[in-house]
Amino acid sequence: MKPAPFKYVLASSLDHALALKAEHGDEARFLAGGQSLIPAMNFRLARPSVLIDINALTRLSGIDRPEAGQVRVGALTRYRALERDGEFLRSCPLFADALPHIAHPQVRNRGTIGGNLSHADPASELPALAIAMQARMRIRSAAGERTVAASDFFAGLLTTDLASDEMLVDITYPVLAPRSGACFMEIARRRGDFAIAGVAAVVTLDEERRCASVRLALCGVGETPVDAGAAALPMIGSRLTGDAVEAVAAGVRDLIAPSGNVHASPDYQRHVAGVLVQRAIRTAHQRISHAA
Amino acid sequence: MSTRFFGAPVKRNEDRKLLTGQALFIDDVELPDMLHVAFLRSQVAHARLKQIDVSRARQRPGVVAVYVAEDYGDYWQPGPLLVQPPPIPGSTFNPRTQVPLARDKVRYVGEPLAVVVAESRYLAEDALDDIDVELETLPAVVDIEQALTSSSVPVHDDLGSNVAAHVHQVKGDYRKAAANAQIILKRRFRYEHGISSPIETRGVVAHWNARGQQMTIWDTTQAPVFIRNGLAAMLGLGERQVRVIAPFVGGGFGPKIMMFYPEEVGLPWISMRLNRPVKWIEDRLEHFVATTHERGQIHDAEIALAADGRILGVKDVFLHDTGAYNTYGLTVPINSQCTLLGPYVIPAYDSTFTAVFTNLPIVTPYRGAGRQHGVFVIERLLDLAARELGIDRAEIRRRNLIPPDAFPYNNQIIFQDFAPLSYDSGNYEPVLAKALDAIGYQRFLKEEQPKFREEGRCVGIGVACYVEGTGIGPYEGAKVQVQANGKVNVATGIGTQGQGHFTSFAQIVADQLGVDPSDVDIVTGDTDQFYWGAGTFASRGAVVAGNAVSEASAAVRRKALKLAADAFECAEEDLVLADGKVSIAGIPGKFIRLGELAQRANPMRGAVRPGTEPGLESTQYFGPPSGATANGVHAAIVEIDPLTLELKVLKYVVVHDCGTVINPMILEGQIHGGVAQGIGNAFFEKLAFDDQGQLLNASLADYLLPTALDVPRMELDHTVTPSPLNPLGIKGAGEAGAIPVGAVFAQAIEDALQLTSRKVELLEIPLSPSRLFELTRQEDA
Amino acid sequence: MQPDHHEIELTVNGTRYRRTVESRLLLSDFLRHELGLAGTHVGCEHGVCGACTILLDGDPVRSCLMLAVQANGHALATVEGLAPASGELHPVQQAMHAHHGLQCGYCTPGILMTMTAYLNEHPSPSEDEVREALSGNLCRCTGYQNIVDAMMDAAARMREEAP
Repeated sequence: MKPAPFKYVLASSLDHALALKAEHGDEARFLAGGQSLIPAMNFRLARPSVLIDINALTRLSGIDRPEAGQVRVGALTRYRALERDGEFLRSCPLFADALPHIAHPQVRNRGTIGGNLSHADPASELPALAIAMQARMRIRSAAGERTVAASDFFAGLLTTDLASDEMLVDITYPVLAPRSGACFMEIARRRGDFAIAGVAAVVTLDEERRCASVRLALCGVGETPVDAGAAALPMIGSRLTGDAVEAVAAGVRDLIAPSGNVHASPDYQRHVAGVLVQRAIRTAHQRISHAA
Repeated sequence: MSTRFFGAPVKRNEDRKLLTGQALFIDDVELPDMLHVAFLRSQVAHARLKQIDVSRARQRPGVVAVYVAEDYGDYWQPGPLLVQPPPIPGSTFNPRTQVPLARDKVRYVGEPLAVVVAESRYLAEDALDDIDVELETLPAVVDIEQALTSSSVPVHDDLGSNVAAHVHQVKGDYRKAAANAQIILKRRFRYEHGISSPIETRGVVAHWNARGQQMTIWDTTQAPVFIRNGLAAMLGLGERQVRVIAPFVGGGFGPKIMMFYPEEVGLPWISMRLNRPVKWIEDRLEHFVATTHERGQIHDAEIALAADGRILGVKDVFLHDTGAYNTYGLTVPINSQCTLLGPYVIPAYDSTFTAVFTNLPIVTPYRGAGRQHGVFVIERLLDLAARELGIDRAEIRRRNLIPPDAFPYNNQIIFQDFAPLSYDSGNYEPVLAKALDAIGYQRFLKEEQPKFREEGRCVGIGVACYVEGTGIGPYEGAKVQVQANGKVNVATGIGTQGQGHFTSFAQIVADQLGVDPSDVDIVTGDTDQFYWGAGTFASRGAVVAGNAVSEASAAVRRKALKLAADAFECAEEDLVLADGKVSIAGIPGKFIRLGELAQRANPMRGAVRPGTEPGLESTQYFGPPSGATANGVHAAIVEIDPLTLELKVLKYVVVHDCGTVINPMILEGQIHGGVAQGIGNAFFEKLAFDDQGQLLNASLADYLLPTALDVPRMELDHTVTPSPLNPLGIKGAGEAGAIPVGAVFAQAIEDALQLTSRKVELLEIPLSPSRLFELTRQEDA
Repeated sequence: MQPDHHEIELTVNGTRYRRTVESRLLLSDFLRHELGLAGTHVGCEHGVCGACTILLDGDPVRSCLMLAVQANGHALATVEGLAPASGELHPVQQAMHAHHGLQCGYCTPGILMTMTAYLNEHPSPSEDEVREALSGNLCRCTGYQNIVDAMMDAAARMREEAP
């Protein structure tokens, strides 16, 4: 399990990295944390001919607030930096729930948010969070820059909207709105494994404590993270009740089409997705009550 | 002689090296000019090999050689049959042993087809891509029931069927027993086991020294002497020309025993051929298919009972998946067959098995070695019987235990060591009573469980008994030698993979010779240090080698006392051997150090008297007449999330009896590790093959070894019934932790989810949340 | 493809090394076979088992999931640096010995590196937290119980030693 040969280039600037990518296209891969890419290379499932190491591009790393109500996370920010940033976790509490489910501390010390999202593993937590939080992804290439919504970013199994000359450079998340609660839950065979099913829920109440919005996204149950917001629409405008939450769960079970894997049958995935939807919505809702 | 150290939790001698990164493991062996080896493995489970073209690979820069089966010439031979089948009348056994490189046919995914030798492993792997293989794919034989139908293709063409073995063993008259029974219960059980997956994979380094005509082989083997003898014969060398060293080995658990794996056979030949040292380190991807497995059995078993729950007889017919070759003989299915009888009086037993060839990796013993399959069947049958007869689960077990006055207890059938299955000693009821007490069995059922159920929590309890045949022969030996510096050196032929031999053997010696265990250096696994031996398997190291060490150190003790008595011109009875010296009782200033005695035992002048031998040393062998039978009870309380069916172990208790204990700390460690592997087997680990024989989860991301969050705290206790079969009274303990866990889990989960009332029975292992969902939903629907 | 080589300079356990490496050489192989620091073990080469865990600028990482060339300019620590040769063992090593927290010892270096960093940052962990911290290191021998006990004890030893 040794990687096939490749040419390694340490990018000295973002422009340098993007120029190299424009030159080599799909033959080249960006090396960020390497926690998905290097295993794939060790198995020789990935054989890039050029590796563009972006780890020296420190300006791609870090958390800031471009304007009120928003948090921007640089693509090279490591999970560990997010975990250690209490203010970020309070602003974006789904991360506080989700980060401990991402592999193990040794991996979180290296892995980056941009690498994770660009890899687009549907069983990974952060793509679902991006959907649930309606994140916006800023993408650069040598030719220019564009921004896409998370809902348009994940195109298919391990596939994103990124063109072969593009790099995800940062992600902007709205901070948790007032009267809102958030919860991420997942089921995996062991802590740190990829999810059999995971649910991110964000519930926002109006001043009468009726549901003003319910954002729902799932991981592990399809070829991409699944935006299940539609299943929660019947709750909007009413108070949260057990029946309503069950109905949302039923809606989610109808919506998703998990394919099953060696750990779980599709039926089990569908079943526990529904269980988690109920639990996550209830917990998110409780967290508003507690905060209020 | 004092027993200051024997029986004490002495801290391990080997730890410092391991804790500081200084221990020598196989991949740490670095030699000048060493080449690196990678194997091209079949991606197809069953195919005829039409053509293999390695010419491009040979051209690649950095590649030194590429070999296919034809290149091996006369060296290409099917491997040895490692264990002959026991002499059971009427048995069929069709040995088909693995080959060094596939020649005409491939029989499992992962079977090696070619070997590349290059300047680095990286380059060797590059060259694997250059090899062109033409295969004619055949239907893959994967399902053991279908394998026996007439429509199945044979894995071995010359055999005509896929029957690897057929064995029938009988005790008493089952038909008569069944005729007298109050009830007869019959079920089908499936038990899958997995792969041992030590954190260190396998590896071989071979170094042919042409000038010295000496072959040195470093090998992650549990049985270096067998490997030396076998390879010397294959290579046309004398045994004295071959040295096999098993260095520190990062976990074995069975599959590292003495397989004559294709890599073990190939590397020494390559080293001779190229006259350079060569190294092969198995990577994790290879490990999943290239290292042997333990896998599935299907049992159709029935039990006949009297109204009071007494077992009248058991009948069992089972299929055993042996994989593509049956190199290890019948050890695994015989263990299943024998261990099913458990600690119970079963007057009539009728057991038949068929071992089946499939196009899957080879099956050989892995910790438990088939015993857990048998334990699962009898324990589940007893659970079903308890329910049918309205008897408590623990009580039905108690009623059937072999009474303490019935030992030695002869079960009449033949065990894997060729001896009749006779339990040497035991006192089973106190073990069960202690376990029930420790888990709080009555309190749980009467008080705690009803409360949990009121709260909507699904919490259940499981209790299972087992015996374990351990410490089988043939023999082990040890050489104990006092050195001039006063330190004692002990060499033995077994290998070591973490069992603490450097300490437990030192404890035995320390008491005999009056030294500290830290002054005893143990050498294991180097055939130049100790010439004879069998190996570390079947929970036998402490029993068989331990007794040999004891005998040898006792002989050295006698020698030391005799030498000192001569020196002091006193009677041996007046001497005290302690603190590394022999002194005259009552005269502390009058002493002679052991190191000085060792020098005197090898004099430069004068004469060694007739009838004596030089050196303060002794080599002794020990061979038990048959295996010692340990026993135990595991009990667990588990909670299941009723919606997600995730499991949490709330309490886990092990009470066991493995005779006299050398080092309780090391023993507990063995039990802990065994239970962890048992939990993996019961609830996490499953080798998932598709119908083409492809392993779908060949990575540690998908083959789920339990983590620190999955293995609960374990509470241990023990009783001591010494074995009469060896002077130290030891029984083995290496496998006890792993054996009954599946049975405990199935029972406890059934109880937690009240599956009985839902008419769901858990008759298979491994379980998982998803599988529990399928099983319960089928019934609910 | 022509081999792609790079010159790198780094410190391991305080010692400065300068080497030329092929770009694809894994950091684990570099430490073991180029620098002879064979105490870092390799168990899976896909980032799951944790045996190859080392410290990169003080943080535990999988050395099988890094290229040697990426370590250029960084400070690494491996098991060999925990205790001076023949000197006193680090409290985590002492506790592992005292509690029989190792059997075959193959996973041990990775566990030591993970847990020394963890205990430096979390001086008073609960047992559950220790288990969580350990969950990225697989051990096939011990069932973890004695390792957990060792870590609780090590935490106490380190608290005592702390200024």
